Amino acid sequence: MSASGIRPGRRGRSVVTGIGVVAPTGIGAARHWESVLAGKSGIGRITRFDPTGYPVRVAGEVPGFRAGEQVPGRLVPQTDRFTHFALAAAEDALADAAADPATLPEYEMAVVTASSSGGTEFGQHEMENLYQQGSSWVGAYQSIAWFYAATTGQVSIRHGMRGPCGVICGEQAGGLDALGQSRRLLDTGSRLVLSGGTDASLCPYGLVAQLSTGHLSTEDDPARAYLPFDAAASGFVPGEGGAILVVENAEAARARGVPSYGELLGYAAGFDPTADGTAARHSVLVSVIHRALTDAGLTPDAVDMVFADASGVPAEDLAEARAITEVFGPGGVPVTAPKTLTGRLYAGGAALDVATALLALSAGVVPHTAGLGRPAPGCEIDLVLDRPRQTDPRTALVLARGHGGFTSALLVGAGDRPLRAQPA
Amino acid sequence: MTPADRRAVITGVGAVAPGGHGREAYWDLLTAGRTATRRISLFDPAGFRSRVAAECDFDPLAAGLTPQEVRRMDRAGQFAVVAAREAVADSGIELPGADPERVAVSIGSAVGCTTGLEEEYAVLSDGGRHWLVDHSYGVPHLYGHMVPSTLAVEVARQAGAEGPVALISTGCTSGLDAIGHAVQLIEEGTADVVLAGATDAPLSPITSACFDAIKATTANNDDPEHASRPFDGRRDGFVLGEGSAVMVIEELESARRRGATVYAEILGFAGRSNAFHMTGLKPDGREMAEAIRVALDRARLDPGDIDYINAHGSGTKQNDRHETAAFKRSLGQRAREVPISSIKSMIGHSLGAIGSLEIAACALALRHQVVPPTANLSTPDPECDLDYVPVTAREHRMDRVLSVGSGFGGFQTAMVLGRPSARHGEAA
Repeated sequence: MSASGIRPGRRGRSVVTGIGVVAPTGIGAARHWESVLAGKSGIGRITRFDPTGYPVRVAGEVPGFRAGEQVPGRLVPQTDRFTHFALAAAEDALADAAADPATLPEYEMAVVTASSSGGTEFGQHEMENLYQQGSSWVGAYQSIAWFYAATTGQVSIRHGMRGPCGVICGEQAGGLDALGQSRRLLDTGSRLVLSGGTDASLCPYGLVAQLSTGHLSTEDDPARAYLPFDAAASGFVPGEGGAILVVENAEAARARGVPSYGELLGYAAGFDPTADGTAARHSVLVSVIHRALTDAGLTPDAVDMVFADASGVPAEDLAEARAITEVFGPGGVPVTAPKTLTGRLYAGGAALDVATALLALSAGVVPHTAGLGRPAPGCEIDLVLDRPRQTDPRTALVLARGHGGFTSALLVGAGDRPLRAQPA
Repeated sequence: MTPADRRAVITGVGAVAPGGHGREAYWDLLTAGRTATRRISLFDPAGFRSRVAAECDFDPLAAGLTPQEVRRMDRAGQFAVVAAREAVADSGIELPGADPERVAVSIGSAVGCTTGLEEEYAVLSDGGRHWLVDHSYGVPHLYGHMVPSTLAVEVARQAGAEGPVALISTGCTSGLDAIGHAVQLIEEGTADVVLAGATDAPLSPITSACFDAIKATTANNDDPEHASRPFDGRRDGFVLGEGSAVMVIEELESARRRGATVYAEILGFAGRSNAFHMTGLKPDGREMAEAIRVALDRARLDPGDIDYINAHGSGTKQNDRHETAAFKRSLGQRAREVPISSIKSMIGHSLGAIGSLEIAACALALRHQVVPPTANLSTPDPECDLDYVPVTAREHRMDRVLSVGSGFGGFQTAMVLGRPSARHGEAA
């Protein structure tokens, strides 16, 4: 065994046995998947506060989430909305995986989540208390609700998971990095890991901070605001929500007798130190894709669909399209971005993309990218438009890039848990 | 090479710490047993319950940052970049190097850029007057303050890193966990060089207020120099600190090939969670003991092989007793024989950063064969009955040392370091 606990021999297989979703497209994996197939967007005018005075007025909000019903009552006032989402999604994922943590060895279960900005709304409230009323008005829960580890800590406590828990921040790429880390944990003695990410920074300060990147679309029409790879692309729409997955050692899942949505086949992460936030070099993405393929022991022709990062910022779209073309050839692989239905969910974004990819593999379809019109010049990719393709894909590559230069790729393969291609 | 053959060693150390600038000053402070705690000067602490902190006397321009770097980076980012530059210079490694994809970054931080985030909030909300904050006052780098990942980005740019870059945020174990992550990256073969460490600059009104609210920090405002009292019967909470340590961690063979000087090898690392309470600790120290047991197991060492323990020693009653129980539970008789100390007695508790400063201290302790003391330990808590090296540094033969951390969220982490070639079965 090595210093970090890696055992000799081949890496074990990591499978996903449970999916929990809280997203603008719906609460629960089934509702989310119905929305994806129907191309039903969750983007609309911001309702959580009055956005009239801001240049960005549309976002992807989670509809009908009632923390009081979906989160243990005691935890509602102690935690921010991003943790509410994760607690609800973790509960769903465990139920979906038919996993009862009370029956599993406590030190062999862990939680590793991505966080991008922590408890933003909770923090704004407490800073308002501080600046308006004084330090003694700051509540006792600020110390545990605002920080980036709040979600992992609360989920670990809720389910008695005492293994090596973690939190990884890589902005929009963090979700893939958390899943990559879950695989490392399964290689070093854990058998079940709750992993993924959620974000909820749709409060005034959260939105205003996001404005400073200049990457948000100022388009008011929800149907026109987030059009990645499109000639009319004008940036992206922010969203909230995400996904939590149950990732298990394949043998442990088999021993429990549960099927899997799919397997984490390969993962790689890289960085573009020259990225200034507008145009990450496509060469870094190319390298990361190749490394993820090598990690999986696969070649590009084994990839049946690509879930794009799909920034919506024209220069970034172009870089991503060039990277995909360089690896797979012009039009060499179907590319899709169902995130046009939700907006970009930061820590939750890549985790939700992986959930969608696994659902697509289980259903045997390539979901489409709703709402796009004419591809931007130079984007020589086979974008799946208008309707899903029933091509029975067996593998999917999920790409993610995070603010500042984070670049990650995760390859997933089909499992043995079939899903109806069309909702009943 | 198998993962067990790819060994992670520390070849460069950089530190920004209270009480002095740079690695040498840091080590001088620790071995002198001098405390760097004082009345808070970074903001007016009047009206706060705890008005003591360990502050860095840090002038970013004098430390080599450019005006634009100073403007762009939060204080935590400035610390990390300065510490990273010192570490790279110390290791003698050429960065950016020939193979940037093999260079990774792993930086820990508990609270990210909260100081910058709070300063900008105060302006945009006009002193908290407006919930609908005024975006026209937003600075161009505001989003960089909102996402803690910025801290890793800044270090990665310094190194020209194109390998994996991560910001690890597991509360007060972030520093140890970030270094542990670096070890994983090296062992699994993803990277040959990792800039790893942690940074936090939490000395701002909102952080002080939130620790005031749960009475976690000291109210010993009349005697700031002696306010941080780990394992002492008169302690009454921790003293907030700030700072950063960044280390160059390399795969041993590639470090040898370039003739690098090795401070220490990271022999074992493990994390566990208590799944008990976000801030509370059970007195039995059970999960920390398990983390220690697994870290020793991974290092293929026995309790008797440990020559020094760098304690979490935050100076809260529940921590000091929890930790003492964890040492006894995991190390048995050895817990009563081995010197243990808490450098938080001198440099306070800088949240996520402290783990990196403690590992830096362990690396320096192994090199100099000196145990830094626990300052202010004059009236021992009868329930903390081990050898905490009170007040004065001690020359001591050390081949292998243990460092532990414990954090909000229930995180418990243990790491074992050894002198070069202090692995099991090798002559030290």
